[in-house]
Formats: sequence, structure tokens, C-alpha cells
Amino acid sequence: MSQTTPPDSPAFPLKRTCPFAPPPAYDRLRAEEPVSRVRLPDGGAAWLVTRYDDVRTVLSSPAFSADGTRPGFPKLIPGQAQILKRPPFIRMDPPQHSFYRRMLIQEFTLKRVKAMRPGIQAAVDRLLDDLLAQSPPADLVEAFALPVPSLVICQLLGVPYADHAFFQSRSRIAVSGSSTAEQFATALGELRAYMDGLITRKQQEPGDDLLSKLVAEQLEPAGELGREELLMMCLMLLNAGHETTANMIALGTAALLEHPDQLAALREDPELLPDAVEELLRYLSIADVVTTRIAAEDTALSGTPIRAGAGVIALLAAADWDPAVFSDPERLDLRRGNRHHVAFGYGVHQCLGQNLARLELEIAFSALFARIPTLRLAVPADELPYKHGGLLYGVHELPVTW
Amino acid sequence: MRITADTDVCISAGMCALTAPQVFDQGDEDGLVRVLLPEPPEELREAAAQAVRLCPSGALGIR
Ligand code: HEM
Ligand code: SF4
Repeated sequence: MSQTTPPDSPAFPLKRTCPFAPPPAYDRLRAEEPVSRVRLPDGGAAWLVTRYDDVRTVLSSPAFSADGTRPGFPKLIPGQAQILKRPPFIRMDPPQHSFYRRMLIQEFTLKRVKAMRPGIQAAVDRLLDDLLAQSPPADLVEAFALPVPSLVICQLLGVPYADHAFFQSRSRIAVSGSSTAEQFATALGELRAYMDGLITRKQQEPGDDLLSKLVAEQLEPAGELGREELLMMCLMLLNAGHETTANMIALGTAALLEHPDQLAALREDPELLPDAVEELLRYLSIADVVTTRIAAEDTALSGTPIRAGAGVIALLAAADWDPAVFSDPERLDLRRGNRHHVAFGYGVHQCLGQNLARLELEIAFSALFARIPTLRLAVPADELPYKHGGLLYGVHELPVTW
Repeated sequence: MRITADTDVCISAGMCALTAPQVFDQGDEDGLVRVLLPEPPEELREAAAQAVRLCPSGALGIR
């Protein structure tokens, strides 16, 4: 690392005190030291960026690279070192990034996503039927928040949902801050072997799904994708497609239950739903620390010089709670009408699945609160098992009753 | 107001079509922005300007 890190720099990740709010240190940093040094778990260091404008600059300026193979690229959890040796396109720069992203774009346009509505609604209804057939309490993560996005992405990709227990448990290890590098390597190896077998199956018996299509059109020798590349791309989609949305459904439900006035407003006015989803995305910013970059040249942010090769973490929750952009950011206000949050990132890597995620969240929240009007937490909100220190924030379990 | 769109820059995030659906669409095959109304009428101008501001890739502009 070319710049020194003062020994008293805070250690990453910074600690949360309120379960829904970002770490309180973000407020102090944003006000006093908007670009500050932080020590990483692997002994490396990075710049923490907390202002909305600076976060958008990091994510959209070519001075900052997403190329995970550059030496010194920040690693937040032990498993990342292995992925970043040959990362999928989320950790590449254009033009390579554009080459891969464009292969997938047509599956994720607004129109294509809207056409998925009936399928998602049916899945949600079925899961709620099953949940209501049980007697309370239940774990809403297991019964609802995880299966909804998992069913959706499995169907889209062509991954048998019957295998969900297998790949969900391995994916959980891959994004957790408490897995060791060995656990990560084992989980990744098993996921790769699984996906490799699936690719072979799609070569023999293609179906009407994205994986079959990629195998037929893009895989060598007919296409331009090596098997390893295709495999990692599909694993990224499988993972990005369910861990994120699952955390939003579970944590969003908890946040609404803890803000009964907001939930009542949503119940009275279903038209509020799209705005409510945007506000929950902003308020919870569950992918807070995902957006890591590395300076590609000497540059500066808010007057702080950043040398080429320095790691940067553009904190999405810090940006989405920047009072210069969102007044009273600590207030969950479903009527805020905010569309410019960065919960899906910004710049060329802005979430490919964002319109799908929005639709899943709309359907999930509206059906859940309509079908179970008496839904409530079965334990106090501050006793829920929160996912501290991982790549994505959320709850491991959400015990509810009705 | 005249809307410009650079499809070489567009990353097909679809924010434009979501924000101002009468003004923007996405190509079915490539997901790239299509400007339906390059000179939007008065009542659509605000939504169009917002879509331009929200575009994550800087593909959209107003002349
Ligand atoms: C609420 C749910 C979701 C959140 C909060 C979220 C958040 C994000 C963020 C912040 C990024 C940018 C990462 C970066 O710039 O380094 C991203 C990228 C990405 N997301 Fe999502 N995501 C969600 C759901 C989904 C879904 C459902 C999919 C579907 C497959 C998906 C697929 C992707 C992909 C493929 C990328 C990489 C895009 C690129 O590098 O060009 N995400 N997501
Ligand atoms: S918002 Fe920008 S990047 Fe996204 S589809 Fe429209 S023009 Fe393209």
C-alpha cells in the first residue's frame, strides 16, 4: 500500500448500534473526515468514502477501477482473495465488463421483468399458503424471504429449485464474514462442481432458460465463453439473485413492523408501494460495503489525495444517509419519493437485477401484509440475529407470529 | 428540450424507462435505451429530466 495508515485507524467493518441504521461512525466521518483510512481484516488498508457525491464519483469515474485482479484490491472477507484471482464481470472494467454484461442484458430489461410478474405472484402466493397452513411462530427467512428470490432466480437460470438447500448453504458461506478461507474454498469447489454438472446437462437436454441459452449461444466452440467463465458468471447470478433480495425482504419486513405508522400508511394506500420499496432500499442499503474499488490513477476526493493503487470502499449506506441529499435520513418515510438512492450502486456496475429485485419486493411485501394482517415479530427487534461483518446486511432468522 | 442518448455508453439499467416510460424504452434484444420522444411535451419534461439525472452511466443528456 503506497499510503501509510495511522495505527489508530478504525478497523473494518465499523460497528452498528441500532439494528436498522448504518454504523453511527459514518455520520461523524461524513461530517469530519469524509475520506478516511480504515484497516481491513486481512491487514490491508483502504479509504472509506462516506459522502453521497464522493460515492457516486468513485462508482462512475474511470479514475477508480473495479478490476479485482489489480494488486491491492480491497478484500473484506477471507473468501474474496480466491474469487478475485479470476473474478466474474462485477469485478472487471470496461470493455471486458461490457462484453459480459451485454450477454445478459436482454433477460433483465424492464419489459422482460414485467412479464415475470404472474410467475412471481404465483410463487409468493404458494409460499404464503404453506406458511399459513403451519401454526405460528415461524422463521420468515426460511419460509418466505429466501425461497421467493431463490425460486425466481432458479426458474430464470434453469437451476433445479429442488437443489436449493445445497446451494443456499454454500452461498451463505461465500458471503459470510465468519467463514475461513478453507471453508470458502470448499464451498466454492462444491458450487463449481455443481454448476459444471448442470452445464453438461443443459448441453444434452437444453430447456427454456438462461443457462441453456448461454450454453447454446455463448459457450465455446460455437460461442466466445470458456466453460470456466460461464460457470463463474452463473454462480454470480445465482448468488446475487437471491442473497440480496432475501435480505431485503426479511429486513424490510422487520423495519415495517417496527414502524407501524409507515406500515399503516402503506396498507391504506397500495399505490405507495413502489415508493415504499425505494425508501426501504435507501433506508436499509443492505449492500453497503459491496462496492469496493481501487484507484487507477492519482486522484482526489473531497480534497483528500488518493494515490493510484489505493483501495477504496464507497459506502452505500453512508451515501444513502447523507443529510445533504436526504433530509432526516434516519426517518423511514415511505412518502419520501426518493429515486436517487445508491442502494443498487451507480455507474456501469449498477445492479443488473434491479428491476427484478424491485418487482420481487413489491409483490412480496404487498402479499405478505395483505394475507397476514396480524403479522408481528416473535422476538424484540434488537434481539434478532443480525448479519454483522458480512458482505450483505440482513438477518439470519426472522421469528414471526400472527 | 431535446434528449440525447449515447447507446455506446448505456448499460441498459432501465432507469430511464422506469422513470419516464412515455419518453424512453429499452430495445428488446440489447436492452439499450430507445428515445421514444426526443422532444417531450411540456407535461413529460420533468420526468424526462429526472430520468436524465438518474441515468447511472451518463448516457443521457439534454440539449
Ligand atoms: C434488493 C436486491 C439487490 C440489491 C440491494 C443489489 C445490489 C447491487 C449492487 C450495490 C451492485 C453493484 C456492485 C458494484 O458496483 O460493485 C449490484 C450489482 C449486480 N447485481 Fe444486484 N442487487 C440486488 C438484486 C439483484 C438481483 C435480483 C440480481 C439478479 C440476478 C442481481 C444481479 C446483479 C449483478 C449481475 C450485478 C453486477 C453488475 C455489473 O457488474 O455490471 N442483483 N447489485
Ligand atoms: S438509464 Fe441510462 S444506462 Fe440505463 S437504460 Fe437508460 S440510458 Fe441506458
